[in-house]
Order: sequence, then C-alpha cells, then structure tokens
Amino acid sequence: MAIISLPDGRRTWRRFTPSQQVIRWFAYLIGIAAFVWCWNRISEATTWFFVWDAPRIAGDILTRAMPPRWSYMENLWVPIWDTINIATLGTIAALMMAVPVAFMAARNTTPQMNVSQKVFRLIPPFMRPWLLTSTGEDSYSIGLIRPLALLVIVSTRSINSLIWALLLTAIIGPGVFAGIIAIAIRSIGFCAKLLYEAIEEIDHGQVEAITATGASRWQVMAYGIVPQIMPAFAGISVFRWDINIRESTVLGLVGAGGIGLQLSSSLNVLAWPQVALILLVILAAVVISEWVSAKVRGAII
Amino acid sequence: MSATATASELDLLLGRKWKKPPFIKRPWLRWGLIVGAGIYLALAISSVPVNWARVYEGLERGAAFIAAFTSPDFVSRWNDIYHGMMESLIMTVAASVVGILISIPIGLGAARNIAPLPVYMICRGIVAVSRALQEIIVAILLVAIFGFGPLAGFLTLSFASIGFMSKLLAEDIESMDRVQAEAIKATGASWLQWINYGVQPQVMPRLVGLSMYRLDINFRESAILGLVGAGGIGATLNTAFDRYEFDTAAAILILIIGTVMALEYLSGIIRAKVQ
Amino acid sequence: MLRLEKLTKTYPTGDQALKAVDLEVPAGQVLALIGPSGAGKSTLIRCINRLVEPTSGKVWLGDQEITRLGSGALRRARRRMGMIFQEYALVERLTVMENVLSGRLGYVGFWRSFLRKYPQADIDEAFRLLDRVGLLEMADKRADELSGGQRQRVGICRALIQDPALLLVDEPTASLDPKTSRQIMRLICELCAERGLAAIINIHDVALAKLFVQRVVGLRFGAIEFDGPPEALTPDVLTQIYGEEDWEQTIEDVPDEEDEEEEAEAEEAAR
Repeated sequence: MAIISLPDGRRTWRRFTPSQQVIRWFAYLIGIAAFVWCWNRISEATTWFFVWDAPRIAGDILTRAMPPRWSYMENLWVPIWDTINIATLGTIAALMMAVPVAFMAARNTTPQMNVSQKVFRLIPPFMRPWLLTSTGEDSYSIGLIRPLALLVIVSTRSINSLIWALLLTAIIGPGVFAGIIAIAIRSIGFCAKLLYEAIEEIDHGQVEAITATGASRWQVMAYGIVPQIMPAFAGISVFRWDINIRESTVLGLVGAGGIGLQLSSSLNVLAWPQVALILLVILAAVVISEWVSAKVRGAII
Repeated sequence: MSATATASELDLLLGRKWKKPPFIKRPWLRWGLIVGAGIYLALAISSVPVNWARVYEGLERGAAFIAAFTSPDFVSRWNDIYHGMMESLIMTVAASVVGILISIPIGLGAARNIAPLPVYMICRGIVAVSRALQEIIVAILLVAIFGFGPLAGFLTLSFASIGFMSKLLAEDIESMDRVQAEAIKATGASWLQWINYGVQPQVMPRLVGLSMYRLDINFRESAILGLVGAGGIGATLNTAFDRYEFDTAAAILILIIGTVMALEYLSGIIRAKVQ
Repeated sequence: MLRLEKLTKTYPTGDQALKAVDLEVPAGQVLALIGPSGAGKSTLIRCINRLVEPTSGKVWLGDQEITRLGSGALRRARRRMGMIFQEYALVERLTVMENVLSGRLGYVGFWRSFLRKYPQADIDEAFRLLDRVGLLEMADKRADELSGGQRQRVGICRALIQDPALLLVDEPTASLDPKTSRQIMRLICELCAERGLAAIINIHDVALAKLFVQRVVGLRFGAIEFDGPPEALTPDVLTQIYGEEDWEQTIEDVPDEEDEEEEAEAEEAAR
C-alpha cells in the first residue's frame, strides 16, 4: 500500500508501490511462462490425431459399455469381499504400527531424558536438531528415535499405496496378502501423523495431575494421555478406513487382489459391459463407505 | 442433608465390586457388536490365502530391496528416470494450475451462502462425481479415449483437483465471517466487487494453502499414473520392479520422497508468508 | 514435617522463580501461600513434588530428602503428597470413580490399573470419600458432565485417596464462583483437620485465606516477605507483598455465612 506522487504533482493512493507492482507482474509472467512451457511439453508428447478423434471414441466406448453386463455380478461377490478385507485388515494393521510411531514422534511422549547444560554444550550445534528434540526445559528426546519416527511417517506417506502394492507383489507375490500389507504401510504415515498432532495438543494439566499421584510412566500414558486422544484415534481410524476402501478397489490393477483384478482382466479383453458394471460397483462401494464413515464419526464425536 | 438415606446408600455400595460402566449401554448391542466383529475378523483372516513359502522366499528379495536403499542406482537408467520425473513434474504443474483455476468458480458455486440453488446443485454434482471416481480409474478411461501419454495424466489430475479444491474452498466460504461480507454488500458493491472485497480476502490464505497441498498430492498421484500409460515416472518404476532392478526402484522412490518433502517445505514457507 | 532448605528454581530463560526459600510446615498445619501472580507460588509447590525440578536446595518430607530421589523412590514419595489443581485437572473422559481411583495409581501395578481391577479396600474408600463430599450418586458420570464445584470435589477425593501426609493445593478456587469457592475451601480445611493433614494452599483471595487458615506466607519475586498468623496481615504487610493499594476492604472480617450455605448444600444434595 502506498501514497504515490503523480507526474503532475498530485498525490494518489495505490495498493502497491511501483516496484512492488513490477515484481508482481514479473511473478505473473514467470508463472504464465512456466505453464505455457509445461503445456507445450505435454502437447509435444501427444498424438493430436487421437485427441481430435476422442469424442467419437468416447461415444463408441459408451455405446459398447451400455448396458452393463449385470449377470457378471455373480463373479464379483468374492472380489468385493476381498476388497473390504484388504481395507479393513490393512487399516487395523496400520493402526497397530501407527500408534507406537506416533508416540515416538510426538514431542511430549517421545522417549526423553534430562540433559544438563554441560552435556548439551558438548554436542556440536549443527548436530543438536538431529540428536536432541527439546521436550521441555533441560529435557530432550535422545538419539534418533524421533527423527526415525518422522522419517517413517514421511516416507510411508509420500508413496502411493499402488506403488507399495507394486513393490509387494514383486517381493511376496501377487494376491490379497500383498494388498493388505500395501494398504497397511501406506496408512501408517497418514494415521501416525494425525495421531501425533493430536498427542501434541493434549491438555498437559491432566497429565500433570496423574503424574502427581505417583503413577508410573505407563500409568500416566494409560490414564493421562490415552483417554484424551481416544476420540481423535477413533476418528482417524474410520477416516482412513474410508480412504482405504477407495484405494483397495484399484490395487488389483497391479495384481494385489480385490475387485481391481476383475477390472484389469475385463479391460485387457475390452469387455466394456463388464467394465461398466465393475465401475458401478466401485462407485457404490465408495459412496457406502463414505456414508458409513460419516455416520460412525458422527456417533463418536 | 438427609444423613440416614445417604448412609444406607453408602452401606449398600461398600464391599461391592465396582466396574467401569461399559461404553455401549445396551448389553445385547454391545455383545452383538463384539461377537459380530470377532466373527468378521475370523472369517476375513481365514479367507486371506497366504502362501507362506512364497512369502519366505520373498523375505530375501525384501531384504535386497531394503539394502538397495543404501546403494540406489541413479545412473544406469538415468535417461528414463530423468524423462519420467520431468513428465511427472510437468503434469503436476499444468494440472494444478488448470485445476485450481477451474475450481475457483465451481467452489464459489458450491457455497450455499453465495450461489443460488440451481447453480449450487450443479456445482455440488460436479464435485461429487469428481470425488467419487478414483484418479487411476479416470486415467484408465482417459487413456482409452485420448491414447497413451501425458495428456491423459494431465486431464486426470486436473479433474481430480477440481473435486478436491472446490469442495474445500466451498466449505471455507460457507464458514467465513458473514459480517465482513455483509459490510461490503452494504456499500452498494456489485456481485463481482462483493466477491473481490468481501469474500476473497477471507478465503485467500486458505486457498493458497490448499493449492500448495493439492500440488503435493498431484505430484504423488502423478507417480502412479504411468502404471496405466498416462505418463510420468510410474512407467519407469513399474519396469524397474518388473525386472527386479531394486536399486533403480530405490533411486526413483528416494527422488519421489525427496520431492514430496521439498514441496511440503516450500508450502510451509509460502503458507507462513501468506498468513 | 515438611522442610524446604534454600530451595531455588532458575528457569532456562534466566528467570529466578524461587530465591533460596526456607520454609518449615509442621504436621497438621494448614498454610496459605499468597502473593502476586508470577511470585513463584505455583513453582514452589511444584518443586516440592518435583513436577518442576528445583535447581538447587533441599526438600525434606519427614526424614526423606525428595530432591535426591530416583524415579521409583520419587513415585513412592509422591504418594504421600496429594495435589489439587486450579483447573481441577480431572481426566475429563473418564468417570468420576475412575478419577478418584486414579489417586491409587502409585499403589497398584500397571495391569491392575489398566483393567480397573482395584483392591476392594480402595473401592470402598473411594465410595466413602465421594459420600463425604456429597457426590456418591455421581460415581459413574463422566467427569466432563460435572459443574466446576463438583469437579473440584472429585479432585479433592483423588488427592485424599492417596492417603497423603501433605496436601499441595494450587489455586483451588480460582475457577469457581465466590460461594462455591468458600464451600471448597471449607471442605479442604475440614478434611485436613479430620485427617490431621498438613496443607500448602496457593490462593489469590486474601480474604478467603484469612477465614480458614492458621498461617499465612507471603511470597514476592520468589522470596518470602511475610510469615505469620492471618491476624497479622495488616495493610502495610499487604502493600509489602503486593504493592500499593487500598487494603482496608480486604482486611475487614467477612461474616461467615455458615447457616445459609448449609441450607444451600442440603438443597443441592436433595436435587
């Protein structure tokens, strides 16, 4: 914001000073240039003949896909059951691993000990952020426990469950089991991140009160911390289960079990009526799981 | 205080066992849920076929994969990796820009306190369709229609961004401070002026934050689109796994994790600046 | 019974919260700790049970020196010091009964406490205490369903079931209305008399403190400025502790509304 003198001597108000204005225009210019460049690269890699033909192909696929082949439904019940199991068992396994990771990642529950100023000064400053996380006055988490927990969170979170499934089918062979583990690994980071944020937000007074009774470390955890994070934990579980139902419907594309296997094989033989039916089933599963998760979360909170 | 009554009440309780009142009060519902969950878990676990011999064999490969992270191979397939990563980034940026630009009008339309009912219904419908369809399924359909290549991936990510951004933007607009917006309306501003002065300043920081978050998600998603031929690093990764070239796969995964971390760091800085 | 020797607390920021405080509290004495905000009252009582680690100095509880204890011995020592908090600090999502029983955590093992299988004697004692404070019928309610006064009573039960020798009470009435404040203060002091407990009560409300306690200690900038009976609290002394202000109103004896409150309590119990 600025008051600006015009050439004729009058003064006026502008939102930005001229130099700010130039920078803004420059930023816009760079943004547009970057986008245009990206678009050109995409365009170069595209066979435009197919694109101009797309409406006809889309119409063609649609007429072939209609009506869906309802009788194929009898082949789908088992894959649907598998899909639900992948999501549910995967979520349960993920939660079992996410809880300890979250407790190790949260500043107020990560294993910690007192470090006197003397010892603190012995550690070179650039090492301190990695080795010591301040968890209160004179008290630090020691060693690599918290950094490792954070690394587990970020690495499991940044890699899509489909990639985990790809990896696991290569390692332990295709099937539902690989799907469960893929979903579980992908969900650890997600659940642990939300959970450790919840742990860091708890009311410290309640923890202090339980500590003052002479309770042990584990008792303080069970009485002072766990009751406070229970609602968050339940909410996160159901939320992630909902997401996992969605994700487990497509794991079959890489051979990790569930309804995606049928989708993949139907696509391979271009059986469009079957594809249409499977897509409808997936859509229904997604809508139902979202409804269930909303209901359960409503009941908890 | 009616001492006798309380005393007898206390006497009744003394020496009795005490149990925490159960979370679900009705016994039949509680036991029904417990037994039902138990049966489901038993059935579910027993229906998972696990070939332990195969898993045992796999442990070795798993160890090889983990070991590969200590010596990732960026070099032997550097060309593929480079092109794949560039394509992923290009799709991410282009799709985020287009997705965000389109989601702004749809987000405005999907906010009940701004849009008239018919517009609201249409926009909510678009959001629902976009959110219900998995990225990878959209990508399959778009590859079938537009052919292989990054265009299908770009369109997929744009489409998915629209549903995500519009929904969150609309929710944000619906929960904004009514008074500020009304004050602008009271000055006699036109609809566009009202949006510009009354609504935009309130939702702008969140819009920037959401955009950064979506950029992050789009990049992560772009890594899998290659599996179905929609461009990006996924195809390279798939090949690496198929050939059991774990050191190349590890290199790609490290690049993905690194990029996601960099994006999160960047978005942290930008969000802090905007607020 | 409790003896502080040169108790000092310096925070890492350099703030000296306590400057070599010496204090002795005989068994069964109820002591009010007054002083302006930031004088170090909270730090003082938290240094006694080491919720805050003192920088130097000694804390003797009976013939035990608290500041040198290892973590196991510290937990056993904490059982003998019940603590009552300003914001009640009940575990809100647990029931009243569980909150009271949590006072026994120092005595029972982890699995017993985790499975809520407390010894019958503890359960009986919890019911007796709840009955004593008039909350017997609330035993299975969740703590967040209670009013402020009721919560503080549960907090008192939790401290007493520890079977302590000393009560550390941190601003018990700061979140309560004036009437409930008096009821809570009276309850604490009555219970201390019944059980022969010593207590250190941090309190803002000088008039309220004067009503109930036998001894007042004034703290200012982490050092003791006054130590004497409540009658000795003159305007001069208060000025010394708190700074310049018209103190006549505070000093005036407030008539005790014993009967009226008794009635109100009966009404509450009847409801």
